[in-house]
Amino acid sequence: MTTAAWLQLGFLISALAISTPLLGSYMARVYGGGKAPGDRLFLPVERVIYRICRVDPDREQRWNIYAYSLLAFSAVSVIVLYLQLRLQQHLPLNPDHLVGVPSALSFNTAVSFLTNTNWQNYAGESTMTYLTQMAGLVLHNFVSAAAGAGVAVALIRGLLRRRSDTLGNFWADLTRTTTRVLLPLAFAGAMVLVSQGVVQNFHATKVVTTVEGRHQSIPGGAIASQEAIKNVGQNGGGPYNANAAHPFENPNPITNVFILWMILAIPFALPFTFGKLAGDRKQGYVVLAAMVGLWLVGALIAMPMEARGSPRLTALGADQKVTALQSGGNMEGKESRFGAVGCGLFADSTTGTSTGSINCAHDSMTPIGGAVPLVNIMLGEVTPGGTGSGLYGMLIFALTAVFIAGLMVGRTPEYLGKKIQAAEMKLVVIYLLAVPLVILAFAGASIVMTTPLHSLANHGPHGLTEMVYAFTSQGNNNGSAFGGLAGNTNWFNTTGGIAMLVGRFFLMIPALAIAGSLGRKQPVPASAGTFPTGTPLFAGLLVGVIVIVVGLTYFPVVALGPITEHLIGRY
Amino acid sequence: MRRQLLPALLMTVVLTVLTGIAYPLLVTGVSQIAFKHRANGSLVEVSGKPVGSSLLGQGFTGVKYFHPRPSAAGEGYDGLASGASNLGPSNPDLLKTIKGRIAAYRDDNGVAVGIEVPVDAVTASASGLDSGISVANARLQATRVATARGWPLHDVLAAVTRHTQDRQWGFLGEKVVNVLALNLDLDRGR
Repeated sequence: MTTAAWLQLGFLISALAISTPLLGSYMARVYGGGKAPGDRLFLPVERVIYRICRVDPDREQRWNIYAYSLLAFSAVSVIVLYLQLRLQQHLPLNPDHLVGVPSALSFNTAVSFLTNTNWQNYAGESTMTYLTQMAGLVLHNFVSAAAGAGVAVALIRGLLRRRSDTLGNFWADLTRTTTRVLLPLAFAGAMVLVSQGVVQNFHATKVVTTVEGRHQSIPGGAIASQEAIKNVGQNGGGPYNANAAHPFENPNPITNVFILWMILAIPFALPFTFGKLAGDRKQGYVVLAAMVGLWLVGALIAMPMEARGSPRLTALGADQKVTALQSGGNMEGKESRFGAVGCGLFADSTTGTSTGSINCAHDSMTPIGGAVPLVNIMLGEVTPGGTGSGLYGMLIFALTAVFIAGLMVGRTPEYLGKKIQAAEMKLVVIYLLAVPLVILAFAGASIVMTTPLHSLANHGPHGLTEMVYAFTSQGNNNGSAFGGLAGNTNWFNTTGGIAMLVGRFFLMIPALAIAGSLGRKQPVPASAGTFPTGTPLFAGLLVGVIVIVVGLTYFPVVALGPITEHLIGRY
Repeated sequence: MRRQLLPALLMTVVLTVLTGIAYPLLVTGVSQIAFKHRANGSLVEVSGKPVGSSLLGQGFTGVKYFHPRPSAAGEGYDGLASGASNLGPSNPDLLKTIKGRIAAYRDDNGVAVGIEVPVDAVTASASGLDSGISVANARLQATRVATARGWPLHDVLAAVTRHTQDRQWGFLGEKVVNVLALNLDLDRGR
């Protein structure tokens, strides 16, 4: 890797090192229950929202009521989005006269945005009207992230409260996350993006006559506003088909690194929030260290693998060397302004989080470079994860880690003074097994059937990776793709939609149930036999649990896909 | 659960108004005042008529122009069909295509068979709308462009240098030559 590539990585890490404590402390006050910065601005707005929606933000909910609120909101908002998609041709802001979205694609898309996945079996510029994008998809970009934050905060409350039946109020968490965290960050982010050339208008597509006399369509749209929240909330669904590789979404290297910061800012800040709320910052730092470590490993594999290029192309006579005159590397499916290393860093960050926006085509990455995003998603997107979903995912893994440590010494495991017992561990097992089950079942079924195989753009081991990536991405609510797969078929729209629903609610509901169960317990005082969870040793154990317990589930399929491709192709 | 449905519906409506309508409209309003040119697509005009966007690549095939990278967007540089080839690194179709592009590039630019061709010149970008090429690629094309225009080579190379964008802040991204800006500059004459 070049010096510039190292500096770019170092710059991003420095920016995150500054924002993590600032944003983390701010969010601790937003969720902490007391006075918070900006109350004078936000409280009046929130009071109006609560009054219109007839909710009492101070009414504490038990875990099941919290879950009912989440499910009711999800059910209603997904139906509204589905209807918007189906009826978009009758609604305003459709200057390009696009038609309604077919039913199977509408189902997949509505579920996709509901679940913070943003898997897209369509090309935005030729399918979605401006109103659908901004009022339908952008709404879910906000609320799916806010709901994730709510579940994470509820789990923290469950860990910290003593003998309490309640976990807070879903409507208040949803509203406060939207107004105080996501909206300000998204607005500021959108303005930065527009200043660099990201478009923001409601013009119809403009057809110009090019220098050589051909015609070129120049699309419009409210792109900057969507680009900002799609990354701040780790959604990832681009208004254009090429996503953050499109020059109108991500015009230059400054916007590229800024988008990377937006993707990582909240997920890295939330463990800091956790440590602050727990009154023991070390607990947060341990979680943060595990996230940073795994994220960095991914980047340091993907970046040089892409910069090294493909021996196939060298054999044909292409020059892939990194020199002063060219960035070199494996440039198929990459933008010249970001280069091969820019792709590796982005691919690692967008899949370690639940974002799934892309600045290069993952399908055309080298076998091992492309395995990094795949494995990141398989690990459950906890490095550092989505808004809330990264933190509650990590906390569930932490419970697994103390449980395994407890088994080794023959003592009832504790986390933050709460005894982890059979009830919690049963829920943890549901949490851990639901997603691999649905991913492997659907991917396996797709491979033994005839029709789904017609959707593949690549064959051999790469084709297997393409298929497995599709279900892994949807099952874990990421949304990035090995884009060669033609997913807009009834089979993929339906199975993908089911995978996304399982990947969202079979994780959130057990997480809330665990929170409820922990909240009712009386903490036990730490003793000499307590396994300390605020130490580097525990961070190591946590990484080990993630890699072994989760990673090994998928190892056979990774061996058959990218590893086989790497070995037989001698990359 | 039924008692939650009314707040759910109202919350959907209220948050749609706030995040789905007010927020994008506010961003649009401020952008159209503060960054009008950029918010509208950074259009490039020649004698009052838009010919493209400075951010988007466009197809050039004539001998007197620098050529952009291959594009997988529609028939090439289609603004309504952005996207990549999505072919895997071992895909035989990809290797065949690249082999053909290398031969064509050598033919077009008089590059001897023993000399390697810059990788960006024979691979399709992620968006299909990449506006840039590498300096190495531009330099190899410069002789052809100079001959076609009857210009001394160093004038063409000077134009390439003028339109080379360095890494931003010295270390972000990669060095690129903006093809549209370069070709328009050449058309304005020496």
